[in-house]
Amino acid sequence: MNGLTFDIAHLLAGSLVLVSFMMLYQDRLFALINVFALHAVVLALSVAWQAYIQDAHHLYITAAIALVFKAIVIPVGLHRIIQRLGIHRDIETAVGIGPTMLAGIGLVTLSMVLMLRVTPEADPLAREDLAFALSIILLGLLVMVTRRNAVSQVVGFMSLENGLVLAATGAKGMPLVVEISVAFSILIAFIVIGVFLFRIRERFDSVDVGALDDYRGERQ
Amino acid sequence: MTAFSFNAVAAILLIPAGAAAILAALPNYKMTAVVNVVASLLTLLAALSLFITERPAPGQYLIIDDLNIVFIVLNTFVGFTTGVFSASYIGHELETGRLTAPNLRFYHAMYQIMMFGMNLAFVSNNIGLMWVAVELATLTTVLMVGIYRTHEALEAAWKYFILGSVGIALALFGTILVYMAAQPVVGEGTNAMVWSVLIEKAAHFDPALLSVAFIFLLLGYGTKVGLAPLHAWLPDAHAEGPTPISAVLSGLLLNVALYAVLRFKLLLAASPEAIGPGPLMVTMGLTSLIFAAFMLYRRRDIKRLFAYSSIEHMGIIVFAFGMGGPLANFAGLLHMVMHSLTKSAIFFAVGHIAQVKGTQKISEIRGLTESHPGLGWALVIGVVAIAGLPPLGIFMSEFLVVSSTFARHPWLAIPLVFGLLIAFGALVLRLTGLAFGEPRGGTAPVEASYVPMYSHLALVFAAGIYLPAPLVAWFQHVAGILG
Repeated sequence: MNGLTFDIAHLLAGSLVLVSFMMLYQDRLFALINVFALHAVVLALSVAWQAYIQDAHHLYITAAIALVFKAIVIPVGLHRIIQRLGIHRDIETAVGIGPTMLAGIGLVTLSMVLMLRVTPEADPLAREDLAFALSIILLGLLVMVTRRNAVSQVVGFMSLENGLVLAATGAKGMPLVVEISVAFSILIAFIVIGVFLFRIRERFDSVDVGALDDYRGERQ
Repeated sequence: MTAFSFNAVAAILLIPAGAAAILAALPNYKMTAVVNVVASLLTLLAALSLFITERPAPGQYLIIDDLNIVFIVLNTFVGFTTGVFSASYIGHELETGRLTAPNLRFYHAMYQIMMFGMNLAFVSNNIGLMWVAVELATLTTVLMVGIYRTHEALEAAWKYFILGSVGIALALFGTILVYMAAQPVVGEGTNAMVWSVLIEKAAHFDPALLSVAFIFLLLGYGTKVGLAPLHAWLPDAHAEGPTPISAVLSGLLLNVALYAVLRFKLLLAASPEAIGPGPLMVTMGLTSLIFAAFMLYRRRDIKRLFAYSSIEHMGIIVFAFGMGGPLANFAGLLHMVMHSLTKSAIFFAVGHIAQVKGTQKISEIRGLTESHPGLGWALVIGVVAIAGLPPLGIFMSEFLVVSSTFARHPWLAIPLVFGLLIAFGALVLRLTGLAFGEPRGGTAPVEASYVPMYSHLALVFAAGIYLPAPLVAWFQHVAGILG
């Protein structure tokens, strides 16, 4: 494989991991959503580059979905929701930033060690992509567990899905059905979440999941 | 003949999908309940016709084989009886004002979409399509769990949604890894995701990649099976949603995820150098069993109690399939069928009980056999069955699991029997309080059909006494396939 094409693909996938790290230390909702939009832009570039080097034109559609839907429509929608709900305040991180970053580094190391070890025979680009994708998935999980706010959990989940898209595009020749389904599931997920957010607001004027936590059906 | 058999497969997918569209358009709730039942019955008949018609050759997307027919028939049968139960249950919810007419329209349409998703997961030959189908079934149940829009229902739905999504994301990553492992051998494109192609060539896949893929798949789909420590969504989702949904969650959706795990287990078993899936499944199964058995003691909510019991039984089933071999697989299959039938019957009873008593708290429900003999005794039979007492069907399957474990790994039988006994104690303890003694709570008569409940229990009872030879032969054959 041409050295430059490989390097560019590597650079884009690596940047995606970096942007995932940026999400870990955002303590304001608007900032978090902006970083997520950046994440989606980098994903779109990365997918488009894969489409170019694999000569797989259907991947351009995936890139376009990432750019239009995840980088523009969803962030704008979330901004609106946050404004309407009036929750511009800080995100309460359940764990401090220092330990979170350390945990993030640990997770990235773990995924590198695991994926690079089990894929010695695979296409070098694909294995790098898989290792990065697993890092992004694990970092997305980390965002979800360290936040208590419903909106930031959703953002964490969407960044996790971005990792899945990266993995799916890195796997050469993976059928289109999967990419579309991933994009589609995000759409559905967003609708579901939207419905939930509005209902939650309707009832409690809060989207803090922590506020829901007092009921467990057991402590009465 | 071939054309007709194709229609049977198409029918179990198209009937629910078509019914969902019709139900979304019908305004009258009595009519929608009837349409729901009729559609479920037609789907069941289509599923039964799979036994007699010729099977189509596996395509790129759909497959019918001996393994999934069992699951499909069980799925559509419980789907139908739950539809009947749901019709009377939901009518009562409408009268008490917990649900409104638009809610019901939505509910029935979602019910059929969920049936569509589950059936699609069973017949799919493509691991990508299977993933999409499981995801679809999950999302519809999330919406139904949250349908009451109360504080608790929303929390349960939110938890279910978040944990379910994480599980499903891990499963997709595993699916991508399987594709990566298959691609050098099978070649690029759709064929590298077709299960029947994969299983033939699995021996040549990279074993390390396949092993990692299985771990992700087991964790991902295992979340949906409700295996500890990934079970946190399950009790909440069971307790806060409408009871028909608790019944299909326990009786059906857990099986769908289990089926996905089994398909991938077969793939791994075909690759001799990959890690053995058995020990992983045995460990997760035993953990779930023992954990859930202890958790049963502290339950105060009747639906939560039986939700934990589902975790326990899924643990036993995964344990049995993890042990492998013809006898343990046979026991696992039988246990799965018996558990689905019994647990959904128990939830039918619990649904009516919660309605007449107006509460789900165990401490406020007493003496059911006196105040409501029909319901009370159904609950007694159901709990006796689920606790594993003879002569009911679950006793037989649990006995087979234990005896096959004794024969091969006697040490593993100790924690297994320990877990079973702990769970047995908890269930009997709770049952005596619920069913006997001075009646407490509402005494209004039940306006509901006992038919779905007692027909399930009768089947479980009959299976405990006598299993017909063709059924045994069929299960033995499937157990053989499962390796």
